[in-house]
Amino acid sequence: MSILVLAEHHDGQLAGATAHVVAAAKAIGGDIDVLVAGENVGAVAEAAAKLDGVSKVRVADNAVYAHQLAEPMGALLVELAGDYSHVLAAATTTGKNVLPRVAALKDVSQISEIVEVVDADTFKRPIYAGNAIATVKSADSLKVITVRSTGFDAVAEGGSAAVESVDIVADNSQSCFVKQELAQSDRPELAAAKVVISGGRGMGSGENFKLLDGIADKLGAAIGASRAAVDAGFVPNDMQVGQTGKIVAPELYIAVGISGAIQHLAGMKDSKVIVAINKDEEAPIFQVADYGLVGDLFEILPELESKL
Amino acid sequence: MKVLVAVKRVIDYNVKIRVKADHSDVDLTNVKMAMNPFCEIAVEEAVRLKEKGVATEVVAVTIGPKAAQEQLRTALALGADRAIHVETEERVESLAAAKLLAKVVEEEQPGLVILGKQAIDTDNNQTGQMLAALAGLPQGTFASEVVVEGDKLQVTREIDGGLQTVELTLPAIVTTDLRLNEPRYAKLPDIMKAKKKPLDVKSPADLGVEVASKLTLLKVESPAERKGGIKVGSVDELVDKLKNEAKVI
Ligand SMILES: Cc1cc2nc3c(=O)[nH]c(=O)nc-3n(C[C@H](O)[C@H](O)[C@H](O)COP(=O)(O)OP(=O)(O)OC[C@H]3O[C@@H](n4cnc5c(N)ncnc54)[C@H](O)[C@@H]3O)c2cc1C
Ligand SMILES: Nc1ncnc2c1ncn2[C@@H]1O[C@H](COP(=O)(O)O)[C@@H](O)[C@H]1O
Repeated sequence: MSILVLAEHHDGQLAGATAHVVAAAKAIGGDIDVLVAGENVGAVAEAAAKLDGVSKVRVADNAVYAHQLAEPMGALLVELAGDYSHVLAAATTTGKNVLPRVAALKDVSQISEIVEVVDADTFKRPIYAGNAIATVKSADSLKVITVRSTGFDAVAEGGSAAVESVDIVADNSQSCFVKQELAQSDRPELAAAKVVISGGRGMGSGENFKLLDGIADKLGAAIGASRAAVDAGFVPNDMQVGQTGKIVAPELYIAVGISGAIQHLAGMKDSKVIVAINKDEEAPIFQVADYGLVGDLFEILPELESKL
Repeated sequence: MKVLVAVKRVIDYNVKIRVKADHSDVDLTNVKMAMNPFCEIAVEEAVRLKEKGVATEVVAVTIGPKAAQEQLRTALALGADRAIHVETEERVESLAAAKLLAKVVEEEQPGLVILGKQAIDTDNNQTGQMLAALAGLPQGTFASEVVVEGDKLQVTREIDGGLQTVELTLPAIVTTDLRLNEPRYAKLPDIMKAKKKPLDVKSPADLGVEVASKLTLLKVESPAERKGGIKVGSVDELVDKLKNEAKVI
């Protein structure tokens, strides 16, 4: 068995998600190669070579892969896939964008967002917003899989894989990058943070989200949000936690002014400890919270900040 | 420009699902079904393009059992001009759906195809990308804004880090995210009118596509239930529990 893992990277840095995908690859078993595709990605390749369990890093460094547009990335992976039994990527917006193209062009199914490897052909994945877990078995010769990071503990560093370059240059005349507006934050990444504090519609405005800042500073937390808070324009889309946003599983998740719709729970119910702050004692979020505090968030948040 | 919209019949998003006792699947008997919410957003976008004079015709397509015609009628009531039903009682995986849609694209030659980013039953998030690959067309996934400019399409995409804008040549494939628009509700007169709009029925065999998949669903289980916790009476008590009981701060 041989597995190709697509590396996730941003701004010339290897993203944390890749170490989780390599962990999933180790659970499948076999040789693990990592593909780093992008422009000026030498440092990414070096970081990937250090991941435990990786045998080889293949680097496609070319302007056509800048911004990792789906069309050239898909074409590159299709060229390489023939050497492998499995192609894996993180279930991030990059992985989700690219991998189904590879599956379709190789005429195989894709298995999305696996959370457990049963054996090399059999995987568990959540369906219906995580309200059911499906076990699926693939008889395809190539398995194309996206991996949910929260399902697999990241592998450590300590490896020293060989790095080789791939000189395939896909051509792409169909799509081009125009611009990107990325959130700037000194806080930890939502998906990797040990503590997450999220605000919902109950926060009332974007301005009021500042009430979460002091607490997040003290706890080293990332800040998230419900869909209602994003739709209302309080905060940007990249903060949405849930079935169709980011999936998080921190040590501590604090939900503030969030009712606890199944679509929100889908993104956070695997957190180790859940705290809910809500003025409605009947709010469904209390059914999953380890510690619930009923009351007005505008009183509770300043007090909580002062007592931490 | 003709716009093709793919809509899927799924469980209503408000329904709490149950797993069958024999763990073969989720129990859908007597469960309320609806159009996948992301597909509602797709229909809305197509109809708005028509209202703006960019689209000339909106064609809705679904693959599924006889009952899926309800969702096509909904799309017609919302403003689609005609509908195509690829009828099958079999389970249709995303790859097969994409192959069938690729055949419909070949026949219809639309300038733009809009799909949901994800069906909320299987949570696959694959079909639009697969269709793009099979049809040899560029894709703008997770769209929060779509602007047609001549023979080009600008798509703003919701990505993990924020927003990204890409420019695609037309024809192209777009998948919708939640912020693309707010779908309207169908009005009663439009629901009546929709009953008379054309609806074509085909079979997968008519399109020359094999629906069977190499993926087998072995088992469906309920996830581990979280046991409910306690209510604390004050911020002090909360901080104390987090420090000394849960030991997470
Ligand atoms: C296709 C689809 C996908 C979706 N995906 C997601 C997703 O990924 N993530 C997501 O979060 N949602 C998602 N949703 C939306 C979801 O169904 C809910 O609508 C949403 O989560 C509600 O957000 P909320 O809890 O902030 O708002 P509400 O449900 O309005 O709850 C607000 C809460 O704040 C409390 N509150 C108000 N004022 C105060 C105060 N002063 N002090 C204390 N508490 C207060 C209220 O008691 C209430 O419980 C999706 C829905 C659909 C249809
Ligand atoms: N059976 C189907 N019929 C019509 N459209 C579908 C079907 N399955 C998937 N789609 C389209 O593909 C989108 C994404 O679905 P999926 O990839 O299954 O999560 C949906 O929102 C629909 O637009």
